Amino acid sequence: MKYFFALLSAGLAMAFAAGGAEAQTLNQVKQRGQLICGTNTGLAGFALPDPQGNWAGLDIDYCRAIAAAVLGDATKVKYVPLDATSRFESLKSGAVDVLVRNTTWTLSRDSAQGLDFEATNYYDGQGFMVRKKMNINSALELNGASVCVQQGTTTELNLADYFRSNKMKYEVVAFKSDEETVKAYDSGRCDAFTTDASGLAAERVKLATPDDHVILPEIISKEPLASSVRKGDSQWATIVRWVHFAMVDAEEAGVTSKNVDEMMKSPNPEVKRMLGVEGKFGEGLGIPNDWVVNIVRQVGNYGEVFDRNVGAGSPLKLPRGLNNLWTKGGLQYAPPIR
Amino acid sequence: MSTIGSSGRADAATLAAPSRGSFINDPKTRAIFWQAVLVLVIAYLFYSAIENARANLAAKGQVFGFDFLSAPGGFDINQHLISFSSEEGSTYGRAFLVGLINTLLVSAIGIVLATILGFIIGIARLSTNWIVAKVSQIYVEVLRNIPLLLQLIFWYNAVLKPLPNPRNALSFGAGIFLSNRGLTIPEPTFAPGAENIAYALVIALLFAFAFRHWAKGRQEKTGQQYPTGLVSLVSIVGLPLLAYFLSGLPLHFDVPVQKGFNFSGGLQVYPEFVALVLGLVLYTAAFIAEIVRAGIQAVSRGQIEAAHALGLRQKPTLNLVVIPQAMRVITPPLTSQFLNLTKNSSLAVAIGYPDLVQIFAGTALNQSAKAIEIMLMTMAVYLAISLVTSFVMNVYNRRMALVER
Repeated sequence: MKYFFALLSAGLAMAFAAGGAEAQTLNQVKQRGQLICGTNTGLAGFALPDPQGNWAGLDIDYCRAIAAAVLGDATKVKYVPLDATSRFESLKSGAVDVLVRNTTWTLSRDSAQGLDFEATNYYDGQGFMVRKKMNINSALELNGASVCVQQGTTTELNLADYFRSNKMKYEVVAFKSDEETVKAYDSGRCDAFTTDASGLAAERVKLATPDDHVILPEIISKEPLASSVRKGDSQWATIVRWVHFAMVDAEEAGVTSKNVDEMMKSPNPEVKRMLGVEGKFGEGLGIPNDWVVNIVRQVGNYGEVFDRNVGAGSPLKLPRGLNNLWTKGGLQYAPPIR
Repeated sequence: MSTIGSSGRADAATLAAPSRGSFINDPKTRAIFWQAVLVLVIAYLFYSAIENARANLAAKGQVFGFDFLSAPGGFDINQHLISFSSEEGSTYGRAFLVGLINTLLVSAIGIVLATILGFIIGIARLSTNWIVAKVSQIYVEVLRNIPLLLQLIFWYNAVLKPLPNPRNALSFGAGIFLSNRGLTIPEPTFAPGAENIAYALVIALLFAFAFRHWAKGRQEKTGQQYPTGLVSLVSIVGLPLLAYFLSGLPLHFDVPVQKGFNFSGGLQVYPEFVALVLGLVLYTAAFIAEIVRAGIQAVSRGQIEAAHALGLRQKPTLNLVVIPQAMRVITPPLTSQFLNLTKNSSLAVAIGYPDLVQIFAGTALNQSAKAIEIMLMTMAVYLAISLVTSFVMNVYNRRMALVER
């Protein structure tokens, strides 16, 4: 019912909201003095509140970075946890300014859904997790299995595609929230649990006995997890996109949260431009010129954020893999700041 | 309402003072004027809401329309009474039907079972046996006062999910297994000639109905009684059985066997469905029990004493005197319980049962991005189901109501 009302109110908001207020997100955020960021309801490594109620994770750090760039203070963020089925309506109805919620960038979402995807902060792919004692080594041995999946996701569609193209049968058991899906798998309702590989790693840590479960080697899809904004506000879209680029550029240039103050004295013209010592690149975006300094000082560069939340410095210990810089064999590549 | 009231008063006023003169001061005209204004305001609100939604959608490059219903969905649904699979390219419209049928199925079964259980508990509450009365009272107080959502989650997580996996399923013999994949039972498959059984059942039902009618008339005329219950039972069970043997045993059972991850063959009753029916029935039955108790207690004690004085035994007193009068009191609140149960079935979304809200207003909405269209359709469906239920119950109520002569 809660969900019903949420959607209903989103629908009503869409019905009664004054039109033409599209290109105003930046002003709204500045006036409010706070960024409202749509995040996951709880996914270790991406968005999870700690016992004190402070949110942490890769997606959370992106919310903080946008707040740092626009408002100069990474703490000025309000997090709105959204499940997979209500996330787009919340963004479209204006309940959140930006959606950073491990959301796969697809054509239909970028067009018919009325969203505008900005930057891929994590290149992912869908995998399967099963119980060790089932002695399965490949997803191709899953014929006839019951599979738990979160509804309203690309995962649900890839699952259908994968079993169909491999001529296998399966029973889909779909749940609205991630927690319910994992709980159902953990209690034995399903033989396998499927979601993005990063999500599998994150959920496995939370299971009763993580060592009883294995993640199968097959990656069955491309899941570029990206931030998105409402369609039709190109100024805001550009800011969200460039916050990501700045974090990647900072890592590439070796600017970290620890050395950013020294780096401001660097003779390197690229670093000078990035940190606002030379040129006025923030102005073009409608934000302060020291925006990158604020991001890196308060949040960190892309590599720091990755390591802290999902990489070597985190319980998930995910390898950089595709998410390494392009100079190190990965896909993270950002246009230059100039 | 207020306008109708004021026009009523206005009529009285016109009678008192026949001619007021001015057309504008005529209360009748004023009443019509204000009603027209109200209609216009409401129409404008609707128009501006729709127009605004359309404009806002257009600004985001979206189009309002129902074309998406014929587009393939690309997802699967586990419980489908009509065929549905991503392999056949089943459409969103088909998903709507699957969800609707699942909602109707759970509501229909829920209403029947909740009514039966509710009547039993309601009558038990009035039992002279202290233990029976107390147990029913405790049942009502506990079940009625815990939120349904919690009860559903309880039945799903605490009762059904700890069951063993299919490889270690509990076997009840005759191909019936219970596991955390649900209840697996043999599936009846029909060979040619099986339709005779259905015909026989229809004939038996018609016969039982006619016999009952005849026996009642006969009793009213002569006082002679016939064992209608026994005759009905024999014909309803016997005739289809006879047809089954005569048309060469056309009914077979596909017995489930354990194979790989799961059972192969047989009919699977999913744990989500069982949990939902269980939760809805037990919860609603508590309310129905109270309605039944209140209805029976509303029949004055004097009626029962009068019946006893006329020499009616306990059973005919209940059947002929108490229940017909109690039903008049019971039917209207019973209708709202039926409506509640149907609408509460949308809580299925919490335990993963693929009802209309879960499938259509959940998966389909999110994959198709047609939020407004889908929510409108979903709301219209619940409205329609509720209106039909209440229409049927109103017809029944009118038949049961006290006829004043």
